[in-house]
Amino acid sequence: MDFVLSIWNAFPEWVQTVLVILIKIVAILLPLILAVAYTTYAERKVIGYMQVRMGPNRVGPKGWLQPIADVVKLMFKEVILPNKSSRFVFYLAPVLALAPAFVAWSVMPFQAQMVLADINVGLLFILAITSLDVFGIILAGWASNSKYAILSAMRAGAQVVSYEIAMGFALVGVLMAAGTMNLSGIVEAQSGGITHWFVWPLIGLFLVYFISGVAETNRAPFDVAEGESEIVAGFHVEYSGMAFALFFLAEYANMLLISALAAILFFGGWLSPFQGVDFLTELPFIGVLLGNGIHWLLLKTAFFIFLYLWFRATFPRYRYDQIMRLGWKILIPVTLVWIFGLGIAIALGWQPWLS
Amino acid sequence: MTSTLRHWIKSFTLFELLKGLSVTGRRLFSPKVTIQYPEEKTPISPRFRGHHALRRYPNGEERCIACKLCEAVCPALAINIELEEREDGTRRTTRYDIDMFKCIYCGFCEEACPVDAIVETRIFEYHFEERGENIVTKDRLLAFGDKHETMVAQDKAADAPYR
Repeated sequence: MDFVLSIWNAFPEWVQTVLVILIKIVAILLPLILAVAYTTYAERKVIGYMQVRMGPNRVGPKGWLQPIADVVKLMFKEVILPNKSSRFVFYLAPVLALAPAFVAWSVMPFQAQMVLADINVGLLFILAITSLDVFGIILAGWASNSKYAILSAMRAGAQVVSYEIAMGFALVGVLMAAGTMNLSGIVEAQSGGITHWFVWPLIGLFLVYFISGVAETNRAPFDVAEGESEIVAGFHVEYSGMAFALFFLAEYANMLLISALAAILFFGGWLSPFQGVDFLTELPFIGVLLGNGIHWLLLKTAFFIFLYLWFRATFPRYRYDQIMRLGWKILIPVTLVWIFGLGIAIALGWQPWLS
Repeated sequence: MTSTLRHWIKSFTLFELLKGLSVTGRRLFSPKVTIQYPEEKTPISPRFRGHHALRRYPNGEERCIACKLCEAVCPALAINIELEEREDGTRRTTRYDIDMFKCIYCGFCEEACPVDAIVETRIFEYHFEERGENIVTKDRLLAFGDKHETMVAQDKAADAPYR
Protein backbone atom coordinates (compact mmCIF):
# COMPACT_ATOMS: atom_id res chain seq x y z
CA MET A 1 0.00 0.00 0.00
CA ASP A 2 2.79 2.42 0.90
CA PHE A 3 4.54 1.46 -2.30
CA VAL A 4 1.49 2.30 -4.40
CA LEU A 5 1.06 5.54 -2.49
CA SER A 6 4.68 6.52 -3.08
CA ILE A 7 4.27 5.93 -6.81
CA TRP A 8 1.11 8.00 -6.73
CA ASN A 9 2.86 10.87 -4.92
CA ALA A 10 5.70 10.78 -7.41
CA PHE A 11 3.34 12.11 -10.12
CA PRO A 12 3.08 15.87 -10.52
CA GLU A 13 -0.19 17.29 -9.31
CA TRP A 14 -1.76 17.93 -12.72
CA VAL A 15 -1.13 14.31 -13.71
CA GLN A 16 -2.87 13.21 -10.54
CA THR A 17 -5.87 15.40 -11.36
CA VAL A 18 -6.07 14.03 -14.89
CA LEU A 19 -5.75 10.46 -13.63
CA VAL A 20 -8.50 10.92 -11.06
CA ILE A 21 -10.81 12.35 -13.70
CA LEU A 22 -10.01 9.51 -16.08
CA ILE A 23 -10.75 6.94 -13.38
CA LYS A 24 -14.04 8.68 -12.67
CA ILE A 25 -14.93 8.64 -16.36
CA VAL A 26 -14.23 4.92 -16.56
CA ALA A 27 -16.26 4.39 -13.41
CA ILE A 28 -19.22 6.07 -15.10
CA LEU A 29 -18.83 4.68 -18.62
CA LEU A 30 -18.23 1.02 -17.82
CA PRO A 31 -21.46 0.57 -15.85
CA LEU A 32 -23.21 2.67 -18.48
CA ILE A 33 -22.12 0.41 -21.33
CA LEU A 34 -23.04 -2.66 -19.30
CA ALA A 35 -26.41 -1.10 -18.57
CA VAL A 36 -26.89 -0.46 -22.28
CA ALA A 37 -26.08 -4.08 -23.08
CA TYR A 38 -28.55 -5.35 -20.55
CA THR A 39 -31.18 -2.81 -21.59
CA THR A 40 -31.22 -4.51 -24.99
CA TYR A 41 -31.72 -7.83 -23.21
CA ALA A 42 -34.45 -6.36 -21.02
CA GLU A 43 -36.11 -4.89 -24.10
CA ARG A 44 -36.29 -8.21 -25.92
CA LYS A 45 -37.43 -9.97 -22.79
CA VAL A 46 -40.11 -7.43 -21.81
CA ILE A 47 -41.50 -7.09 -25.32
CA GLY A 48 -41.45 -10.86 -25.63
CA TYR A 49 -43.39 -11.28 -22.42
CA MET A 50 -45.91 -8.65 -23.47
CA GLN A 51 -46.43 -10.52 -26.73
CA VAL A 52 -46.92 -13.74 -24.73
CA ARG A 53 -43.55 -15.07 -25.93
CA MET A 54 -40.49 -15.93 -23.89
CA GLY A 55 -37.78 -13.76 -25.40
CA PRO A 56 -34.15 -14.85 -25.57
CA ASN A 57 -33.52 -17.73 -23.15
CA ARG A 58 -30.92 -19.95 -24.80
CA VAL A 59 -27.55 -18.26 -24.31
CA GLY A 60 -26.54 -18.84 -20.71
CA PRO A 61 -28.98 -19.30 -17.85
CA LYS A 62 -32.27 -17.61 -18.79
CA GLY A 63 -30.45 -15.95 -21.69
CA TRP A 64 -28.36 -13.66 -19.49
CA LEU A 65 -25.35 -13.99 -21.79
CA GLN A 66 -27.34 -12.94 -24.88
CA PRO A 67 -26.01 -9.33 -24.95
CA ILE A 68 -22.44 -10.62 -24.61
CA ALA A 69 -23.00 -12.98 -27.54
CA ASP A 70 -24.45 -10.09 -29.56
CA VAL A 71 -21.44 -7.90 -28.86
CA VAL A 72 -18.99 -10.65 -29.80
CA LYS A 73 -20.89 -11.28 -33.01
CA LEU A 74 -20.91 -7.60 -33.95
CA MET A 75 -17.20 -7.24 -33.21
CA PHE A 76 -16.31 -9.97 -35.65
CA LYS A 77 -18.47 -8.61 -38.44
CA GLU A 78 -16.99 -6.54 -41.20
CA VAL A 79 -17.75 -2.83 -41.41
CA ILE A 80 -18.76 -2.45 -45.02
CA LEU A 81 -18.20 0.88 -46.72
CA PRO A 82 -20.90 1.45 -49.35
CA ASN A 83 -19.84 2.26 -52.87
CA LYS A 84 -19.54 6.01 -53.61
CA SER A 85 -20.13 6.94 -49.99
CA SER A 86 -18.20 9.62 -48.21
CA ARG A 87 -15.57 7.58 -46.41
CA PHE A 88 -14.51 10.05 -43.73
CA VAL A 89 -18.03 11.19 -42.81
CA PHE A 90 -19.27 7.61 -42.91
CA TYR A 91 -16.82 6.59 -40.20
CA LEU A 92 -17.19 9.85 -38.28
CA ALA A 93 -20.99 9.70 -37.97
CA PRO A 94 -21.29 6.86 -35.41
CA VAL A 95 -18.68 8.54 -33.23
CA LEU A 96 -20.57 11.82 -33.46
CA ALA A 97 -23.75 10.04 -32.44
CA LEU A 98 -22.14 8.25 -29.52
CA ALA A 99 -19.96 11.00 -28.04
CA PRO A 100 -22.77 13.41 -27.00
CA ALA A 101 -24.73 10.53 -25.51
CA PHE A 102 -21.76 9.79 -23.25
CA VAL A 103 -20.66 13.38 -22.61
CA ALA A 104 -24.06 14.31 -21.20
CA TRP A 105 -23.48 11.85 -18.36
CA SER A 106 -20.63 13.98 -17.04
CA VAL A 107 -23.01 16.36 -15.25
CA MET A 108 -25.30 13.61 -13.99
CA PRO A 109 -25.45 13.62 -10.18
CA PHE A 110 -25.70 10.04 -8.95
CA GLN A 111 -25.82 10.96 -5.31
CA ALA A 112 -25.05 13.97 -3.14
CA GLN A 113 -21.47 15.04 -4.09
CA MET A 114 -21.21 12.11 -6.51
CA VAL A 115 -20.90 13.91 -9.83
CA LEU A 116 -18.05 14.22 -12.33
CA ALA A 117 -18.55 17.89 -13.22
CA ASP A 118 -20.69 19.84 -10.78
CA ILE A 119 -21.31 22.82 -13.06
CA ASN A 120 -23.94 25.46 -12.45
CA VAL A 121 -25.47 25.27 -15.91
CA GLY A 122 -25.93 21.48 -15.86
CA LEU A 123 -29.41 21.57 -17.37
CA LEU A 124 -28.34 23.91 -20.16
CA PHE A 125 -25.28 21.75 -20.81
CA ILE A 126 -27.42 18.64 -21.17
CA LEU A 127 -29.83 20.42 -23.52
CA ALA A 128 -26.92 21.64 -25.65
CA ILE A 129 -25.16 18.27 -25.76
CA THR A 130 -28.22 16.16 -26.50
CA SER A 131 -29.02 18.47 -29.43
CA LEU A 132 -25.70 17.46 -30.98
CA ASP A 133 -26.93 13.88 -31.29
CA VAL A 134 -28.82 14.72 -34.43
CA PHE A 135 -25.56 15.50 -36.24
CA GLY A 136 -24.49 11.90 -36.06
CA ILE A 137 -27.80 10.77 -37.53
CA ILE A 138 -27.89 13.35 -40.31
CA LEU A 139 -24.27 12.76 -41.29
CA ALA A 140 -24.80 8.99 -41.24
CA GLY A 141 -27.80 9.36 -43.51
CA TRP A 142 -25.97 11.67 -45.87
CA ALA A 143 -22.72 9.71 -45.99
CA SER A 144 -24.46 6.39 -46.67
CA ASN A 145 -25.38 7.40 -50.22
CA SER A 146 -28.72 5.60 -49.90
CA LYS A 147 -32.19 7.00 -50.41
CA TYR A 148 -33.53 5.24 -47.34
CA ALA A 149 -30.79 6.65 -45.18
CA ILE A 150 -31.18 10.21 -46.42
CA LEU A 151 -34.98 10.06 -45.98
CA SER A 152 -34.52 8.82 -42.46
CA ALA A 153 -31.91 11.45 -41.68
CA MET A 154 -34.29 14.15 -42.86
CA ARG A 155 -37.11 12.79 -40.74
CA ALA A 156 -34.92 12.37 -37.70
CA GLY A 157 -33.55 15.87 -38.07
CA ALA A 158 -36.99 17.47 -38.31
CA GLN A 159 -38.33 15.39 -35.45
CA VAL A 160 -35.46 15.96 -33.04
CA VAL A 161 -35.39 19.69 -33.72
CA SER A 162 -39.16 20.00 -33.19
CA TYR A 163 -39.28 18.07 -29.97
CA GLU A 164 -36.21 19.80 -28.62
CA ILE A 165 -38.35 22.92 -28.21
CA ALA A 166 -41.12 21.22 -26.25
CA MET A 167 -38.51 19.48 -24.11
CA GLY A 168 -36.65 22.74 -23.52
CA PHE A 169 -39.83 24.45 -22.36
CA ALA A 170 -40.61 21.56 -20.04
CA LEU A 171 -37.16 21.94 -18.52
CA VAL A 172 -37.73 25.70 -18.17
CA GLY A 173 -40.61 24.83 -15.88
CA VAL A 174 -38.30 22.72 -13.76
CA LEU A 175 -35.68 25.39 -13.41
CA MET A 176 -38.35 27.95 -12.55
CA ALA A 177 -39.55 25.68 -9.77
CA ALA A 178 -36.08 24.84 -8.52
CA GLY A 179 -34.50 28.23 -9.03
CA THR A 180 -31.24 26.66 -10.22
CA MET A 181 -29.78 24.94 -13.24
CA ASN A 182 -27.40 22.82 -11.21
CA LEU A 183 -28.73 19.27 -11.34
CA SER A 184 -27.68 18.53 -7.75
CA GLY A 185 -29.38 21.77 -6.73
CA ILE A 186 -32.57 20.71 -8.53
CA VAL A 187 -32.58 17.43 -6.60
CA GLU A 188 -31.89 19.21 -3.31
CA ALA A 189 -34.82 21.55 -4.02
CA GLN A 190 -37.09 18.48 -4.02
CA SER A 191 -35.95 17.16 -0.65
CA GLY A 192 -38.55 16.56 2.01
CA GLY A 193 -40.38 13.40 0.96
CA ILE A 194 -42.45 12.21 -1.93
CA THR A 195 -44.92 15.13 -1.78
CA HIS A 196 -42.13 17.59 -2.52
CA TRP A 197 -41.11 16.06 -5.83
CA PHE A 198 -41.60 18.33 -8.82
CA VAL A 199 -43.77 15.78 -10.59
CA TRP A 200 -46.83 16.92 -8.61
CA PRO A 201 -46.86 20.64 -9.46
CA LEU A 202 -45.35 19.97 -12.90
CA ILE A 203 -47.25 16.83 -13.94
CA GLY A 204 -48.13 18.29 -17.34
CA LEU A 205 -44.55 19.31 -17.99
CA PHE A 206 -43.39 15.86 -16.93
CA LEU A 207 -45.69 14.21 -19.46
CA VAL A 208 -44.53 16.59 -22.18
CA TYR A 209 -40.92 15.99 -21.16
CA PHE A 210 -41.20 12.23 -21.32
CA ILE A 211 -43.16 12.18 -24.56
CA SER A 212 -40.62 14.45 -26.21
CA GLY A 213 -37.87 12.36 -24.64
CA VAL A 214 -39.25 9.31 -26.40
CA ALA A 215 -39.45 11.28 -29.64
CA GLU A 216 -35.97 12.70 -29.13
CA THR A 217 -34.42 9.25 -28.88
CA ASN A 218 -36.32 8.10 -31.99
CA ARG A 219 -38.01 5.30 -30.09
CA ALA A 220 -41.40 3.75 -30.75
CA PRO A 221 -44.02 5.15 -31.23
CA PHE A 222 -41.97 8.00 -32.71
CA ASP A 223 -39.51 5.81 -34.61
CA VAL A 224 -40.22 7.09 -38.11
CA ALA A 225 -36.48 7.56 -38.48
CA GLU A 226 -36.04 3.81 -38.29
CA GLY A 227 -39.44 2.84 -39.70
CA GLU A 228 -38.67 -0.73 -40.68
CA SER A 229 -41.78 -1.14 -42.78
CA GLU A 230 -41.12 1.84 -45.04
CA ILE A 231 -37.42 2.78 -44.98
CA VAL A 232 -35.81 -0.52 -43.94
CA ALA A 233 -33.73 0.59 -40.96
CA GLY A 234 -33.35 4.29 -41.56
CA PHE A 235 -30.09 6.12 -41.16
CA HIS A 236 -28.07 3.06 -40.12
CA VAL A 237 -29.23 0.84 -42.96
CA GLU A 238 -25.75 0.80 -44.54
CA TYR A 239 -23.88 0.26 -41.29
CA SER A 240 -22.70 -3.12 -40.10
CA GLY A 241 -20.50 -4.54 -37.38
CA MET A 242 -19.18 -2.24 -34.71
CA ALA A 243 -20.21 0.94 -36.56
CA PHE A 244 -23.80 -0.24 -36.27
CA ALA A 245 -23.20 -1.20 -32.65
CA LEU A 246 -22.08 2.37 -31.91
CA PHE A 247 -25.41 3.73 -33.16
CA PHE A 248 -27.17 1.16 -31.04
CA LEU A 249 -25.07 2.12 -28.04
CA ALA A 250 -25.83 5.82 -28.63
CA GLU A 251 -29.57 5.21 -28.87
CA TYR A 252 -29.70 3.22 -25.66
CA ALA A 253 -27.32 5.55 -23.80
CA ASN A 254 -29.69 8.36 -24.76
CA MET A 255 -32.65 6.37 -23.47
CA LEU A 256 -30.86 5.85 -20.19
CA LEU A 257 -29.99 9.55 -20.08
CA ILE A 258 -33.59 10.66 -20.66
CA SER A 259 -34.79 8.20 -18.01
CA ALA A 260 -32.19 9.27 -15.46
CA LEU A 261 -32.99 12.93 -16.16
CA ALA A 262 -36.70 12.27 -15.69
CA ALA A 263 -35.85 10.73 -12.32
CA ILE A 264 -33.62 13.64 -11.33
CA LEU A 265 -35.77 16.52 -12.55
CA PHE A 266 -39.22 15.30 -11.56
CA PHE A 267 -38.83 12.39 -9.18
CA GLY A 268 -36.21 13.60 -6.73
CA GLY A 269 -33.19 11.74 -8.13
CA TRP A 270 -31.42 9.90 -5.35
CA LEU A 271 -33.89 11.11 -2.70
CA SER A 272 -35.92 8.47 -0.97
CA PRO A 273 -39.72 8.77 -1.13
CA PHE A 274 -39.71 8.04 2.62
CA GLN A 275 -37.57 11.06 3.38
CA GLY A 276 -38.95 12.84 6.42
CA VAL A 277 -40.63 9.69 7.75
CA ASP A 278 -38.03 9.26 10.48
CA PHE A 279 -39.13 5.99 12.05
CA LEU A 280 -38.63 4.19 8.70
CA THR A 281 -35.19 5.57 7.88
CA GLU A 282 -33.99 4.86 11.41
CA LEU A 283 -34.78 1.15 11.24
CA PRO A 284 -31.65 -0.93 11.93
CA PHE A 285 -30.85 -2.53 8.56
CA ILE A 286 -33.49 -1.62 5.98
CA GLY A 287 -33.21 1.96 7.17
CA VAL A 288 -30.15 2.42 4.96
CA LEU A 289 -32.06 1.12 1.97
CA LEU A 290 -35.11 3.23 2.72
CA GLY A 291 -32.97 6.35 3.15
CA ASN A 292 -31.50 8.47 0.37
CA GLY A 293 -28.97 6.86 -1.92
CA ILE A 294 -27.93 6.03 -5.44
CA HIS A 295 -30.15 2.93 -5.45
CA TRP A 296 -33.23 5.14 -5.58
CA LEU A 297 -31.91 6.88 -8.68
CA LEU A 298 -31.18 3.51 -10.31
CA LEU A 299 -34.61 2.22 -9.36
CA LYS A 300 -36.39 5.26 -10.80
CA THR A 301 -34.26 5.13 -13.96
CA ALA A 302 -35.07 1.45 -14.39
CA PHE A 303 -38.75 2.27 -14.09
CA PHE A 304 -38.58 4.83 -16.90
CA ILE A 305 -36.58 2.43 -19.05
CA PHE A 306 -39.36 -0.06 -18.49
CA LEU A 307 -41.85 2.60 -19.62
CA TYR A 308 -39.85 2.99 -22.84
CA LEU A 309 -40.07 -0.75 -23.50
CA TRP A 310 -43.73 -0.81 -22.53
CA PHE A 311 -44.48 1.96 -25.04
CA ARG A 312 -42.64 0.09 -27.74
CA ALA A 313 -44.65 -3.05 -27.07
CA THR A 314 -47.93 -1.15 -27.07
CA PHE A 315 -48.16 1.74 -29.52
CA PRO A 316 -48.17 1.65 -33.30
CA ARG A 317 -45.90 4.12 -35.10
CA TYR A 318 -47.14 7.67 -35.58
CA ARG A 319 -47.46 8.99 -39.09
CA TYR A 320 -44.90 11.65 -39.92
CA ASP A 321 -47.39 14.54 -40.13
CA GLN A 322 -49.04 13.40 -36.89
CA ILE A 323 -45.68 13.58 -35.15
CA MET A 324 -45.18 17.12 -36.35
CA ARG A 325 -48.71 18.08 -35.33
CA LEU A 326 -48.28 16.60 -31.85
CA GLY A 327 -44.97 18.35 -31.33
CA TRP A 328 -45.80 21.82 -32.63
CA LYS A 329 -49.54 22.20 -32.05
CA ILE A 330 -50.07 20.31 -28.81
CA LEU A 331 -46.95 19.82 -26.72
CA ILE A 332 -45.48 23.31 -27.18
CA PRO A 333 -48.75 25.17 -26.35
CA VAL A 334 -49.28 22.92 -23.33
CA THR A 335 -45.84 23.73 -21.97
CA LEU A 336 -46.35 27.45 -22.63
CA VAL A 337 -49.64 27.50 -20.73
CA TRP A 338 -48.12 25.51 -17.87
CA ILE A 339 -45.07 27.79 -17.64
CA PHE A 340 -47.39 30.80 -17.64
CA GLY A 341 -49.41 29.35 -14.77
CA LEU A 342 -46.22 28.47 -12.95
CA GLY A 343 -44.93 32.01 -13.40
CA ILE A 344 -48.11 33.46 -11.91
CA ALA A 345 -47.87 31.04 -8.97
CA ILE A 346 -44.27 32.03 -8.30
CA ALA A 347 -45.05 35.74 -8.66
CA LEU A 348 -47.84 35.38 -6.09
CA GLY A 349 -45.43 33.54 -3.80
CA TRP A 350 -47.58 30.44 -3.96
CA GLN A 351 -44.97 27.70 -4.05
CA PRO A 352 -46.31 24.72 -2.15
CA TRP A 353 -43.43 22.49 -3.26
CA LEU A 354 -40.93 24.60 -1.35
CA SER A 355 -42.67 24.44 2.00
CA MET B 1 -70.03 21.19 -27.02
CA THR B 2 -70.00 18.47 -24.39
CA SER B 3 -68.62 15.99 -26.91
CA THR B 4 -65.76 18.38 -27.71
CA LEU B 5 -65.10 18.79 -24.00
CA ARG B 6 -65.18 15.04 -23.49
CA HIS B 7 -62.79 14.60 -26.39
CA TRP B 8 -60.43 17.16 -24.86
CA ILE B 9 -60.48 15.54 -21.46
CA LYS B 10 -59.98 12.13 -23.01
CA SER B 11 -57.02 13.35 -25.04
CA PHE B 12 -55.26 15.23 -22.30
CA THR B 13 -55.60 12.50 -19.68
CA LEU B 14 -54.10 10.11 -22.29
CA PHE B 15 -57.08 7.86 -21.60
CA GLU B 16 -56.82 5.68 -24.70
CA LEU B 17 -53.05 5.37 -24.40
CA LEU B 18 -53.39 4.18 -20.81
CA LYS B 19 -56.03 1.71 -21.93
CA GLY B 20 -53.63 0.29 -24.49
CA LEU B 21 -50.86 0.16 -21.93
CA SER B 22 -53.08 -1.74 -19.51
CA VAL B 23 -53.67 -4.43 -22.14
CA THR B 24 -49.97 -5.04 -22.72
CA GLY B 25 -49.34 -4.68 -19.00
CA ARG B 26 -51.74 -7.51 -18.26
CA ARG B 27 -50.18 -9.70 -20.94
CA LEU B 28 -46.79 -9.26 -19.26
CA PHE B 29 -47.97 -11.60 -16.51
CA SER B 30 -50.05 -14.05 -18.53
CA PRO B 31 -48.66 -17.55 -19.14
CA LYS B 32 -46.43 -17.78 -22.22
CA VAL B 33 -47.44 -19.88 -25.20
CA THR B 34 -43.96 -20.54 -26.58
CA ILE B 35 -43.09 -24.19 -27.25
CA GLN B 36 -39.41 -24.77 -26.45
CA TYR B 37 -38.86 -26.85 -29.58
CA PRO B 38 -36.17 -29.47 -29.03
CA GLU B 39 -37.40 -30.16 -25.50
CA GLU B 40 -41.12 -29.69 -26.09
CA LYS B 41 -43.05 -30.63 -29.21
CA THR B 42 -46.54 -30.04 -30.46
CA PRO B 43 -48.71 -33.11 -31.07
CA ILE B 44 -48.53 -34.40 -34.66
CA SER B 45 -51.47 -35.70 -36.67
CA PRO B 46 -51.28 -39.26 -38.08
CA ARG B 47 -51.84 -37.59 -41.47
CA PHE B 48 -48.62 -35.60 -41.14
CA ARG B 49 -46.63 -35.64 -44.38
CA GLY B 50 -42.92 -35.88 -43.65
CA HIS B 51 -40.10 -38.10 -44.85
CA HIS B 52 -41.15 -40.80 -47.36
CA ALA B 53 -40.88 -44.54 -46.81
CA LEU B 54 -41.51 -47.67 -48.90
CA ARG B 55 -43.39 -50.39 -47.08
CA ARG B 56 -43.25 -54.19 -47.25
CA TYR B 57 -45.83 -56.92 -46.76
CA PRO B 58 -45.52 -58.88 -43.52
CA ASN B 59 -43.79 -61.71 -45.43
CA GLY B 60 -40.96 -59.37 -46.38
CA GLU B 61 -41.95 -58.84 -50.02
CA GLU B 62 -41.89 -55.19 -51.06
CA ARG B 63 -45.30 -53.76 -51.83
CA CYS B 64 -44.42 -51.53 -54.76
CA ILE B 65 -45.49 -53.01 -58.10
CA ALA B 66 -43.94 -50.29 -60.25
CA CYS B 67 -47.29 -49.06 -61.59
CA LYS B 68 -45.77 -45.56 -61.82
CA LEU B 69 -48.98 -43.86 -60.65
CA CYS B 70 -47.01 -41.90 -58.08
CA GLU B 71 -44.51 -40.82 -60.70
CA ALA B 72 -47.37 -39.68 -62.92
CA VAL B 73 -49.25 -37.80 -60.24
CA CYS B 74 -46.24 -36.11 -58.69
CA PRO B 75 -46.71 -32.38 -59.39
CA ALA B 76 -43.05 -31.62 -58.71
CA LEU B 77 -41.67 -34.44 -60.85
CA ALA B 78 -39.66 -35.59 -57.85
CA ILE B 79 -40.12 -39.34 -58.34
CA ASN B 80 -38.10 -41.44 -60.79
CA ILE B 81 -38.94 -45.10 -61.37
CA GLU B 82 -37.38 -47.84 -63.48
CA LEU B 83 -38.74 -51.38 -63.53
CA GLU B 84 -38.16 -54.96 -64.62
CA GLU B 85 -40.12 -58.17 -64.77
CA ARG B 86 -38.94 -60.79 -62.33
CA GLU B 87 -38.54 -64.48 -63.15
CA ASP B 88 -41.82 -65.30 -61.35
CA GLY B 89 -43.59 -62.84 -63.65
CA THR B 90 -44.17 -59.99 -61.12
CA ARG B 91 -43.31 -56.39 -61.80
CA ARG B 92 -40.90 -54.75 -59.38
CA THR B 93 -38.87 -51.55 -59.43
CA THR B 94 -35.16 -51.53 -60.03
CA ARG B 95 -34.92 -47.90 -59.20
CA TYR B 96 -37.14 -45.69 -57.04
CA ASP B 97 -35.62 -42.23 -56.41
CA ILE B 98 -37.26 -39.31 -54.69
CA ASP B 99 -35.58 -35.95 -54.97
CA MET B 100 -36.30 -34.41 -51.56
CA PHE B 101 -35.46 -30.92 -52.85
CA LYS B 102 -38.09 -31.14 -55.59
CA CYS B 103 -40.69 -32.81 -53.37
CA ILE B 104 -43.36 -30.47 -52.07
CA TYR B 105 -44.77 -32.99 -49.56
CA CYS B 106 -48.26 -32.86 -51.06
CA GLY B 107 -48.97 -36.51 -50.34
CA PHE B 108 -50.38 -37.25 -53.82
CA CYS B 109 -48.03 -40.22 -54.26
CA GLU B 110 -49.41 -41.78 -51.13
CA GLU B 111 -53.00 -41.21 -52.31
CA ALA B 112 -52.29 -42.57 -55.76
CA CYS B 113 -50.61 -45.75 -54.57
CA PRO B 114 -52.94 -48.78 -55.06
CA VAL B 115 -50.94 -50.98 -52.69
CA ASP B 116 -50.01 -48.47 -49.97
CA ALA B 117 -46.35 -48.90 -50.80
CA ILE B 118 -45.13 -45.30 -50.76
CA VAL B 119 -46.15 -43.43 -47.61
CA GLU B 120 -45.20 -40.21 -45.95
CA THR B 121 -44.28 -40.66 -42.31
CA ARG B 122 -44.62 -38.21 -39.47
CA ILE B 123 -40.85 -37.82 -39.29
CA PHE B 124 -39.81 -34.34 -40.30
CA GLU B 125 -36.47 -34.01 -38.51
CA TYR B 126 -33.90 -35.14 -41.05
CA HIS B 127 -31.07 -33.51 -42.90
CA PHE B 128 -28.54 -34.04 -45.69
CA GLU B 129 -24.85 -33.65 -45.13
CA GLU B 130 -23.53 -34.01 -48.65
CA ARG B 131 -24.60 -33.09 -52.15
CA GLY B 132 -26.58 -35.91 -53.71
CA GLU B 133 -28.01 -37.18 -50.45
CA ASN B 134 -31.19 -35.30 -51.24
CA ILE B 135 -31.99 -38.00 -53.82
CA VAL B 136 -33.29 -40.78 -51.64
CA THR B 137 -32.87 -44.17 -53.31
CA LYS B 138 -35.00 -47.27 -53.12
CA ASP B 139 -32.68 -48.94 -50.60
CA ARG B 140 -32.88 -46.04 -48.23
CA LEU B 141 -36.64 -45.69 -48.60
CA LEU B 142 -37.13 -49.41 -47.88
CA ALA B 143 -34.76 -49.25 -44.92
CA PHE B 144 -36.61 -46.21 -43.61
CA GLY B 145 -39.89 -48.08 -43.98
CA ASP B 146 -38.52 -51.13 -42.15
CA LYS B 147 -37.25 -48.98 -39.32
CA HIS B 148 -40.54 -47.20 -38.72
CA GLU B 149 -42.99 -49.87 -39.84
CA THR B 150 -44.90 -50.08 -36.53
CA MET B 151 -45.42 -46.33 -36.39
CA VAL B 152 -46.42 -46.11 -40.05
CA ALA B 153 -48.86 -49.00 -39.67
CA GLN B 154 -50.45 -47.34 -36.65
CA ASP B 155 -50.77 -43.99 -38.43
CA LYS B 156 -52.32 -45.55 -41.52
CA ALA B 157 -54.74 -47.57 -39.39
CA ALA B 158 -55.75 -44.42 -37.49
CA ASP B 159 -56.43 -42.55 -40.71
CA ALA B 160 -58.03 -45.47 -42.57
CA PRO B 161 -61.69 -44.70 -41.66
CA TYR B 162 -61.43 -41.30 -43.36
CA ARG B 163 -59.88 -42.42 -46.63
